Amino acid sequence: MKTHIFPALKLTFLCILLFVILYPALIWSVAQLSENQGKGDLQNLGQAFTQAKYFQSRPSAVSYNGGGSGGSNKGIANPDYLKEVQARIDTFLVYNPDVQKAEIPSDLVTASGSGLDPHISVQGALVQVKRIAKIRKIEENKLIELVNQQAEKPLLGLLGTSKIHVLKLNLALDKFGEK
Amino acid sequence: MNTEIFGIIFMFLATVLLAIPLGKYIANVYAENKTWSDFLQPLENLFFKISGIDPKQEMTWQEHLKALLTINFLWFFWAMLLLMTQDFHGFLNPDGNPSMTPDLAFNTAISFLVNCNLQHYSGETGLSYLSQLACMTFLQFVTAGTGMAACAVVFNAMRSTSPTPNPSPVERGNTNPKGGEGFTPLSKGEGQGVRLLGNFYNCFLKSCTRILLPISIVIAILLAFNGTPMNFEGKAEITTLEGVAQQISRGPAAAMIAIKQLGTNGGGYFGVNSAHPLENPNYLTNIVECMAIFLIPIALVFALGYYLEKKKFAWVIFGVMTIGFLILLLPTVYFEMQGSPTLAKMGINQDLGSMEGKEIRLGSAASAYWAINTTVTSNGSVNAMHDSLTPISGMMTMLGMMINALYGGVGVGFLNFYIFIIIAVFISGLMVGRTPEFLGKKIEAKEMKIAIIIALLHPFLILAGTALACWVFVNNPDIGWLNNPSFHGFAEMLYEFTSASANNGSGFEGLGDNTPFWNISTGIVLILARYLPIIGPVAIAGILASKKYIPESAGTLKTDTSTFGIMVFAVIVIIAALAFFPALVLSSITEFVMTY
Repeated sequence: MKTHIFPALKLTFLCILLFVILYPALIWSVAQLSENQGKGDLQNLGQAFTQAKYFQSRPSAVSYNGGGSGGSNKGIANPDYLKEVQARIDTFLVYNPDVQKAEIPSDLVTASGSGLDPHISVQGALVQVKRIAKIRKIEENKLIELVNQQAEKPLLGLLGTSKIHVLKLNLALDKFGEK
Repeated sequence: MNTEIFGIIFMFLATVLLAIPLGKYIANVYAENKTWSDFLQPLENLFFKISGIDPKQEMTWQEHLKALLTINFLWFFWAMLLLMTQDFHGFLNPDGNPSMTPDLAFNTAISFLVNCNLQHYSGETGLSYLSQLACMTFLQFVTAGTGMAACAVVFNAMRSTSPTPNPSPVERGNTNPKGGEGFTPLSKGEGQGVRLLGNFYNCFLKSCTRILLPISIVIAILLAFNGTPMNFEGKAEITTLEGVAQQISRGPAAAMIAIKQLGTNGGGYFGVNSAHPLENPNYLTNIVECMAIFLIPIALVFALGYYLEKKKFAWVIFGVMTIGFLILLLPTVYFEMQGSPTLAKMGINQDLGSMEGKEIRLGSAASAYWAINTTVTSNGSVNAMHDSLTPISGMMTMLGMMINALYGGVGVGFLNFYIFIIIAVFISGLMVGRTPEFLGKKIEAKEMKIAIIIALLHPFLILAGTALACWVFVNNPDIGWLNNPSFHGFAEMLYEFTSASANNGSGFEGLGDNTPFWNISTGIVLILARYLPIIGPVAIAGILASKKYIPESAGTLKTDTSTFGIMVFAVIVIIAALAFFPALVLSSITEFVMTY
């Protein structure tokens, strides 16, 4: 033990220099060249949309507080959780009276893992079109077109999911109204 | 739908295809052959010179363990110091996060020290930027290096096939054994029937500088260019489209996330780990982070093949691991993509799969794939909340950790698998009535005792820990630990101890685990479950290495055949999986029967 303490101390100190100072400094310097200078893509964080004239984000266990993050961590058979989901379904149907229950995709009534999910599914946007068309007095077809324009395809068209970035869609929606 | 399946097939194939050349490279690094990274040699030599270490001085297995434990012991104090003084971290704590309580600091320091990264805090509110770098990132590098160094010792021991325990001084290039010019003095233990197995510090530092560091740099830069923050300003404050103020936590995340994925550490920068849109911004980063999880664990299997020049043996090991992996993976992907049965009963369309606790940009298939990846290796990072997985998937993630040797953690995963190999050799030997031999060395009572103790330690820690937690819970029904009632609540406690004992670090995070009971009990489990499974295999390998080498004959049990692969698989099923069957019946299986 004794013979190892001092070499270990010195080696630890040098490793700290390498991994705590040099390595992060290198990554930090290179990150300055990125689009957002290493400050993070803040648009990629989900936002809460409570007004009926906007497309809604998914339910969030942390109310889209970006100073924290969290999922509900509810088991799928938890009775309290199922009551909560039922309440979400009922609320959605009140605001979207023209929609059948079977058309609601599961992402709109379940909380995301991070509580900050910036996306909804394409179906999740389409199912809200009727409501927004009515409020904004825009033709449904044009809104459907807008949603399809905003849909992000899988990576290379092959890998992963199709999705809608809610904030970007709503920004496009506001612009659309101005025209 | 199909693009989601393509995504995971792509990730698996790409990982294996990268792991083969990486394995060759790792074997060359440990064998001190020429590699492209030799330009780092002067830096490493400088480190050794300042530290007063002679990297060429070979060590016995006991000395390896002494060096390993000593340096780990020092890191523990460094971590405790940082975590308990966060109030004083000044400009490196711009969000003003408080110092940890002693029990939380103990748990956190231990858990990062043992490469587990069980997190009873949340990154955004629990750590300063200084702690994220100087404690977490630092330990994520060096503990992964420790595991790989221990693995390298076992590789060295398995390679020792010369008939005499130690090469004579003449064989070692000493022309004049009596001293004088060109004579290297005998190391301690040399010539006493003790095999020398390389230098611990050398294996450790090279694992860090040659393997972990270069790959981490690539991943970190890729993350930074995809929107992961790497800055030192505090929280951002933005106004949302609806005009509400929103705070956003940031910090030096990209550097930390890269090594967290690569070193099978898994402790996320943000509370929800790689489910966070800044920690894992898109599907591309998800592919990269997911591949990083088990790139090195697979590469080490191939490295063994190159190092021992027994490639077929490596493929047998890889085959056993992959079959076990697929048996866990396929049902998980199926059930997660099929969706939640309870929501389906309520009339909600489940085309997207079970989306509670999952992210839309990743989808249910990639989340299921990650869940099994992270639990069969001892990574423990998550991109979906495991607490909300469907029951069978939850069970598969636990089984991955209960076996803990299908790929496994960097270095230590192979050590666990080595134990199963030893047991399988012994049982096979008994079945055919021969003395069991492995790579030309007899396996006898002493090695078997160590192997069995290590193999049974894991179920013992998990089941005894869970039993203790249940006892406390039953006597204090108002203790408020559980986020879910009934069988799923039991699963939360079982998962926590499984994760601790497997040095995994993921959780059924609904469990209220930042209490003295959980901090201290899992802290103790973490220490035992890390160091004993390192000491055991290194000791076995060391003892075997110093035994007489018996050349292969017609009567030798062949270890590079599929028959032997099946034996190892059977041992894993019987020892690891069946030990947990009753506990799994009480949790996930009953939950499954009741919800479907």
